[in-house]
Order: sequence, then structure tokens, then C-alpha cells
Amino acid sequence: MARITAGVTTSHVPAIGAAIDLGKTEEDYWKPVFAGYEWTKKWAKENPPDVVILCYNDHGSAMSLKMIPTFAIGIADQFQPCDEGYGPRPVPVVEGHPDLAIHIAQSLILDEFDITMMNELDVDHGLTVPLSLVYGQCEKWPTKVIPIAVNVVTYPQPTGNRCFNLGKAIRRAVESYPEDLSVQVWGTGGMSHQIQGPRAGLINKEWDNAFMDRLLTDPEGLAKVPHIEYLREAGAEGIELIMWLIMRGALGDKVRELHRFYHVPASNTAVGHLVWEPAAA
Amino acid sequence: MIDYSEIDDIPGTTIFTADRARRGYHLNQFCMSLMKAENRERFKQNERAYLDEWPMTEEQKQAVLDRDYNKLLELGGNIYFLAKLFASDGLSYVQAVSTMTGMSVEEYQKMMLNGGRSIEGWRSKSKGI
Ligand SMILES: [Fe+2]
Repeated sequence: MARITAGVTTSHVPAIGAAIDLGKTEEDYWKPVFAGYEWTKKWAKENPPDVVILCYNDHGSAMSLKMIPTFAIGIADQFQPCDEGYGPRPVPVVEGHPDLAIHIAQSLILDEFDITMMNELDVDHGLTVPLSLVYGQCEKWPTKVIPIAVNVVTYPQPTGNRCFNLGKAIRRAVESYPEDLSVQVWGTGGMSHQIQGPRAGLINKEWDNAFMDRLLTDPEGLAKVPHIEYLREAGAEGIELIMWLIMRGALGDKVRELHRFYHVPASNTAVGHLVWEPAAA
Repeated sequence: MIDYSEIDDIPGTTIFTADRARRGYHLNQFCMSLMKAENRERFKQNERAYLDEWPMTEEQKQAVLDRDYNKLLELGGNIYFLAKLFASDGLSYVQAVSTMTGMSVEEYQKMMLNGGRSIEGWRSKSKGI
């Protein structure tokens, strides 16, 4: 039986990807950001999953406004990094796991989560920056990846509660897959940031840290937080944090914190990062 | 009907609602077209001619030519799509985003290094908090 063995959350700031690609990680500005991932890189080497279910959002890169699926799952063999206007990132092609992805899609739909299946999906910084942060520069990503894309761009986004429950449904789906696979669920995006309008540059450290605390100890309560609170307190783009609730839902009731990191700033954004594992109830 | 009053009450912020996604559809699709190197090249050679291939409003086209990002938000642009426009200009997010704040890039970067913009005074237009 497949099992969910760990959860990771991280910001997915494009400039972090650029810093890695351009060899700037040792610069004074970037050093403290990457220091927060050193523990994780070591942990990731020692705990290689078979598959990562990577929850992220497309930033108007592959999905346009032609169709705006609330939840979509990549069921292809491969996902190509997209050209977001600066040229594609020099990172490996992302290998999928079609068999598990299709199983999850079917299981979710029968569980009343009507997810959109994508046979073609190019992936942007939302998906590749977290991989780079955890695995560094490499020839080939050491894990297969199932992308789950969440609409966090067009309001109304799914509610936090819907994301939390989606995580729970993903757990049920994974646990009903017959092959013995180690599966991690990652939630990406955030933390507080706003990259538009006169209020751009907003950072709310207190709110971000309270969010991480509540995600650990009171996820049901946190899941009830309405959109307006994210938009107002964490910035217009801080609403990406709803995707962290998918990871939380997937880990089960009790979790153990292995690693936590918070840093301001990376570009316009507060960087938050967690590594958690399910704990026996 | 969805009540937008609280969303519209956030100062200095344009939430990209489904309604704006509709109004800004062609503007945002134009931005996305700049993800192709050959389109970026054609756009650079004659911006106006390239824009005229799109069923955008004159106001939207002018705001693109002016790189007036606050105006583009108002006209239905979304920042992630607009990012393709400033990326084509070779600008980073910080460089482009700072133009919307009335600060210089240096001032904006300094604010970020000092912990970012404090939320105090930026929660609500009507309550002034
Ligand atoms: Fe993002």
C-alpha cells in the first residue's frame, strides 16, 4: 500500500530560482535564505520518496485564462519547465507518475472532488522552485512528481477548508493504491506578500508565524479562516497559503515538526518553510 | 450576489476577481503571448502593431505602451500575466513592482530589507486602519 510519509511546505519565489540558476546562493542577500534549506537538503537525501504530490499554482504560464480550473492534476509522463518570459529555467524535465496520478484523479472524483485531468501541463516557478530548494541543481530530479495545480489567481479561490479537505481526500486516495510507495505531499506558495498596487511589499510576520503555529495545532480552526483575512493580512498574493492546508490535510490528525524556517525578504516575499511527518495518533 | 465591499476596502490593492478576469481577458492573453521568444521579438520591433493584433481596448493598449502597471491592474490585468510584459523588458519583479508604489527601486528594496511594508494603516480604507 502507498503511504504518505512526509509533508513539506515552502514559498516558491521566482527570484529564488533565478538565484540558484545564476549561482548567486553565496551572496550576502541570498545566503540566509538558502541556509534555511540546508537541513532539508540533507533530510531529503536520507528520505527519498518515490513520488511527490506537489501542490502549486500556475502563474499565468501554462494555463492562461482560457480555462480556469479550480483544481487540476497532471497525469502525463513528463512536464516541461515553461518559459515565463526570461527563457525556461535550466532545470531537468519533471517526470510524472501517470498510474498513481490517474488513480488519485479517479479516487478524488468518486470522493466528490471534481478535479480536472491534464494530459499536457508545462510547469512554472511555482513547481520548479520548490524542487530546486529541496534537491539543488541536478541532472535529473530524484523523485517522480504529480503536480496538483490550484487556482489561487482568480477570485474566488477555493476556500481554505476545501483545500484542507482535498488534502484528506488525497490521503485516502494514496492509501488505497496497492503498490508500496513512499509519497510526500508538498504545499507551496506564500507566505505574506503583495506584488501589485501601492500596497506592494506588504509583509506580516506576526500573521505568518501564527499561521504556521495554527497549521500545526489547530488546522480545523485555521481552515475556517475566510479569503478576506488572507487578502487583507497576508497580502493579495498571500492567499497562496491556502495550498499549505492541502499538505496539512494529507498528513492526518497528528503531525510532528521536523524543521521550520522563516525569513524576510526574498524579493517581495516572506519565505516560510516546514518539514513535517505524520505522527502516530 | 457576492459581496465585494470588504475586498474593495483593502487600500492600494486590486483583487483579480472573475469579473476582472473577463474584462482583462485579451490583455492578459496578449501578455502570455510574450512567453514565446519570437513574439517578444516582434513586439519589441513594433509594439503598437503587435498590440493591434489583439482585440484589446484602446485604453488597455495605451497603458501597455506606457507600462502603467497600476492602470493595467485597473483595466483587468493580472500581475502574473503582466509579469510576462516586464520580463520581456528585462525587469525583475522587484524592479517592476516598485513602480506601482511611488517609491524608487532603491527605496523599495530598502523597505523590503527592513522587513517589508508594515500592515499598520494598510488594512481598511473605510476604517483608516
Ligand atoms: Fe506563487
